Order: sequence, then C-alpha cells, then structure tokens
Amino acid sequence: MRVGQVVNTLLLREFVSAFFLAMRYFFSPKPTVNYPFEKGPVSPRFRGEHALRRYPNGEERCIACKLCEAICPAQAITIEAGPRQNDGTRRTVRYDIDMVKCIYCGFCQEACPVDAIVEGPNFEFATETREELYFNKERLLANGDRWERELASNLAADAPYR
Amino acid sequence: MDFINAALDYLLGIPAIGLGTQIGFVYKALALLVGLLIFTAFILLADRKVWAAVQLRRGPNVVGPFGLLQSFADLLKFVFKEAIIPAGADKILFLAAPLITATLALAGWVVVPVFDGGAMANINIGILYLLGVSSLGVYGVIIGGWASNSKYPFLGALRSAAQMVSYEVSIGLVIITVLLCVGSLNLNDIILAQRDMGLAHAIGVPWLTFLNWFWLPLFPMFVVFYISALAETNRPPFDMVEGESELVAGFMTEYSATPYLLFMLGEYISILLMCAMTTVLFLGGWTSPIDLPPFTWIPGLIWFFIKVTLVFFMFAMAKSIVPRYRYDQLMRIGWKLFLPLSLIMVIIVAFVLQLTGWGWHGGVA
Amino acid sequence: MSLPLFFFYIFSAVTVASAFMVISSRNPVHAVLFLILAFVNAAGLFMLAGAEFLALILIVVYVGAVAVLFLFVVMMLDVDFADMRRGMLQYAPVGIVVGIVLLLELLLVAGSFLVAPDAASGSSLPIDGTMDNTRALGLVLYTRYVFLFQGAAAILLVAMIGAIVLTLRHRTGVKRQSTAAQLGRMPADTLQVVKVKSGEGLQ
Repeated sequence: MRVGQVVNTLLLREFVSAFFLAMRYFFSPKPTVNYPFEKGPVSPRFRGEHALRRYPNGEERCIACKLCEAICPAQAITIEAGPRQNDGTRRTVRYDIDMVKCIYCGFCQEACPVDAIVEGPNFEFATETREELYFNKERLLANGDRWERELASNLAADAPYR
Repeated sequence: MDFINAALDYLLGIPAIGLGTQIGFVYKALALLVGLLIFTAFILLADRKVWAAVQLRRGPNVVGPFGLLQSFADLLKFVFKEAIIPAGADKILFLAAPLITATLALAGWVVVPVFDGGAMANINIGILYLLGVSSLGVYGVIIGGWASNSKYPFLGALRSAAQMVSYEVSIGLVIITVLLCVGSLNLNDIILAQRDMGLAHAIGVPWLTFLNWFWLPLFPMFVVFYISALAETNRPPFDMVEGESELVAGFMTEYSATPYLLFMLGEYISILLMCAMTTVLFLGGWTSPIDLPPFTWIPGLIWFFIKVTLVFFMFAMAKSIVPRYRYDQLMRIGWKLFLPLSLIMVIIVAFVLQLTGWGWHGGVA
Repeated sequence: MSLPLFFFYIFSAVTVASAFMVISSRNPVHAVLFLILAFVNAAGLFMLAGAEFLALILIVVYVGAVAVLFLFVVMMLDVDFADMRRGMLQYAPVGIVVGIVLLLELLLVAGSFLVAPDAASGSSLPIDGTMDNTRALGLVLYTRYVFLFQGAAAILLVAMIGAIVLTLRHRTGVKRQSTAAQLGRMPADTLQVVKVKSGEGLQ
C-alpha cells in the first residue's frame, strides 16, 4: 500500500473533493420546474383527459358510429345511440367513459371519423372519489368546450404527419 | 414549608411572586426550549434545502417565503394526524420511546454554554453530563424498535445498539484529549481555555482567536469527532438504523403522527447538540473568530449559533455526498480505525503536554 | 423538609420500587428496563451525595453501554416464560439465604453509622472539601494507587485477550474483504489505455 494513499485516506481527500464538487452543484441553477406554478411543455400528441368536440356552429360532432367503443382495448367506453328529439338525427343518448379503466392509448381518437372524441393536453383531473372519474356525455362535452382552443391547435399541429 | 419556598424560589424566582434571589429556572428553561425549537424548525428546513440544492432540486419552497414556514406546516400536519399503535405493540413502551428520545435530547442542552456563562446549569462536569445524555439516546431507538413488535424496527434497534455504543467509545476518547489540554470538565472552562491559550498566543497575534481553537492542534481528533458524531446521531452516511433501502424506516417504521414527530424532533435536537459539542470542544464556543471590533460587536450567543449552523451544514453536506456505509464497514471504522487512532492521540497529547508543560490547568497555572 | 432530602426520598423510593420490579416483572425486557431505571436513580443518589463524577460514570458506563448490551441480549432471547417460572420454587431457599445475608450486611453498615457516626472521618483518605471529586478521584486512582490501577488494567486486558483467543476461529476458504487493499488500488495498477489500430488488434 502506498504512503500517498494512506495520507489521502487520513486527510479524507475524497470527502473534501466531493465537498467542493457538491458545492459547485449547490450554487448552480436548478433545473426543477416549479410545478404547480410553472409547467413544462406538452407535446401536441399528448394523450390526456378526453373531450367531445363540437363544430364551430355548436353542433356536436359525434354521430354515434360506436367505432371508438369497438376499438377501446380497455372497454372503457359505453355508447347508446338514438334519434335526437328535435330533428331526429342519429346522436348519442349516452356516452360514458370510465376514466379508471382507460389506459390512454388514444385508439378512440384515431378511430373517430369526425374528430369528435379526442384526448386533450389536460392531465390534472385527479379527483377525491372514484365516482367522479366516471365521465358522462355532459362532462365530456364540457371538457370539449373548455379546451377547444388547445384541442384545435394541437390537431392542426399534428395534421401534417397523419 | 421551607422546602416549598425554596423550590418556588428556585423554579419561579423574581418576576412571578416577588420572592427570590435569582431568576427562576422555569423562565430560563422556557426561553431555551422555545429558542431551541424554533432554531430546530429552521435547521430541519435547512437540512432539506441543502440536500435538495446539492441534488439540483429546489427543496420545499411553497409554505411561506422560500418555504421558511415548511417545518411549522409539517408540525401541524403531524399533530393533527391519527397516532396508530400496532395491535401487537407494547403500548406503554411504544409511546415512551419517542418521549425518551425527545426529552434526553432536550436535557443535554441544559449544560451548553450558549454565551459566556450562559449555561442553564453551569456544572463542573458538564462534558461528562453531555456524554452521558448522548449515550442514553440509544434507549429511545432500542425501546421503540422492540416495542413495535415488528421485524424492521427490531432489526433497526439491534443495529443501533451496537453502532451507538461503539462510537461512544471514540467520542469519549476524543473528549479526553480535549480535557487533557484544558484540565477542567466544565464546558465554559473549555471555551475559556481556547480563548486564553493556543497557537495565536504562541505566534504573537493573540487577536486571531480562531487559530487558538482546538480544531487546529487536535485536527485528527476534530475529524474523528465529526465522523463519530454522525454515527452517534444516526445521520447519513451512518443511518443504518433507518436505512430505508433495507429496513423501510428502521425503528420508526410503525410510528406515525405525534410520536413520529417527537422522534424526528429528538433526533434533530440531538444532532444540534452534537454540533454544539463540536463547537464547544473544537471551535471555541461563543468566542468570536477574530478578537477585533467589527467581530466583537456581535454577541457571543450569535457566534455560538453561527458556528452550530456551520457544523450542521457540514452534517447536511455529509448526508448529500457520502453513500450509506455497509454495517460491517461501519463497525470496522469504529473499532479498528477510530479506537486505535484516538487512543494513540490521547497518549501523544498527554506526552506533549507533560513534556512541554502546555495546557490550561483549569485556569490556575 | 429540605430540597435535597425531598429528592433523596424520590430517588430512593423509585430505586427500591424498580429494583423490586426487576425481580417481579414477567417480561425479561421489562426487567432490564427497570434495572436501567434503578441505575439512573442510583446515579441520582450519587449526585445527591456529592459524588457527581461517580454518578455520571455510572450513567455513561452502566446505563449507556453495559445495560444496552444486556438489553441487546435479552431482546434476542427466545424465552419460554412458563418454563422459567417452573424452577422458581426450587431455587427460592438459596435466594432467600443470599437475600438474608445481604440484608444483614446492610443492617451492619447502617448500624455502624448509628453506633460510631464519626467512623468515616477516621478513614485513611479523608474527604477534602476544597477539591472537586473528579480531581480527587484522579489523584487517588492515577497518582497514589497508579501501580495497583495499572495492575488491575493489565489483568482485565489479559482476560479480554483470553476471551478473544478462546472464541476466535479463523475459518479457511472464506473470502474476506481487505479494505486496505481496495483503497490501495490505483488506476495505474489495473487500467491500461491502449490505442488499437484498425485491423491489427492487440498483440
């Protein structure tokens, strides 16, 4: 064993050099995103909370074709179709998504022929009870109304690659 | 009646009922307790902040400006949670363990001179008292681990029993080297000795007080004491007792709410006590580092806590830069490295003092 | 009643009560904990008697180290309590005899104080009020009786070495870690940086 090594051990050389290294990190700027107050960028393809969109004139897009229900691998979507009361067009009477079952694979929005069901950029919809995660049609349409601007711009941004 | 009057005089003293010759013990104790608890709250935050900063994180920064009130939020959270006592636990001991830890940690501060003569009890064997109190600290851990009646806490307790007893030995020997130089077991005398003699006086610049302090002539002992103090208080890298990668949370696994809070508090207060011991033994206690006007204007109390904070900063840095030791390596360092090293140093220091006639000799010679 | 007397009664009452609990409690861990309580209170009594050094040494050595090892061993024992109690009556006569002898001796000590209250002052080492008892103990142990002290230490050392020799067994075929060798390893000893030309490989 070398004498130098003994001296290094006794003088805690490694500890001291680690201390100075740590001090350099101590004062260096922190990459932490201050989360609830600042948020990181989200890809336009991000698959978050679901939403049912409407046309600009306010007409809901969904035509109750049930393709999303068919393709859903987790069988989280339940749709019942029927003629709407005022004009008799075929619409969904019931459109439920069980967000507890959902695996956020995005197949529903891929399957949708009219871009009605989409997964938006929102991922902060944690709830206190399980029941609140059983989304019904009103909830999904409300999501669509709330996030329409982001949803439209995300779809537009992703359109060239489809 | 005589006894009750004496007790009241001693405890409540002048401001309460007019009787008495001295300021009551209760007021001093309350002042120390409140000051210490507030200091501990911020030290706890500082620990987390330092650890975070080294890991390129920000640490708690939401409650209050820069997260300064985080510890108080935590306190409220712990107090309002439900204290769970496991069905198979020994109920009395289970609840007694955190009380023992917290009480002993606080009891140690009674003899610490936070400014000149500022110890609540200026007893002439103060350093031995501190050693005794810190050696009792192991009981909180052992009793807590055993009373939980669970595997992980029990393993943690077994580890701590051996660990804390082993490092007591080297701490005791380090203290002996300092005592050889001082010639008194009184903590205030130890600080006075560091002010009145040493290297600065020898080279003719007596105002450079920080050269006087024992960290310089007894540097190896300073290092041994620092590392042993880490082991004694179960701080990382020697936190085998908790070792969350192996033992979940060690002896604290079954604890929740206020009992857990008391463990946490006791742990940090005893860490601060060790920092205070380092400050008193090696860093000159309440003396200012340079004995010239701009520094001497700052009162001793402030200097003392600045030094304690600096030592604690080193504790926190050790936590962030050194990985956890393996248990046999810990024992190896304690018995095969520190024990011989400190024994040899005791002999060397004793020889040097005897041959040269240096030393403070309790202020008499 | 003066303050020290009050504390004397508290400490002695707790000492006696916890000493009783040591022999009467069913759980051995509780027994050891009561033993520790008795130690701490005995330290308090020492403190009241003005022997503060002895008091703290009792705490540091007995409570802080020896009793921890007691507790350590007792906690790990797998004790069958029913089995332990079965033999109790069998040993009771011996225990009672030892207890009576101890009691008589204690009475003798107390009696000598009553008969000859000034016996302590006739001791060969009179109590010196001017010196704190750390220094006084040091002078007696390390100066006056230094050779006896060193002799006792040597005997203890021999006993310790004997215990280690008796229990040490060096098993062969076990891989051991040599920390010194590991720390002494340098990059230059183990690592060689070689520039390999393409198509030639290492010789």
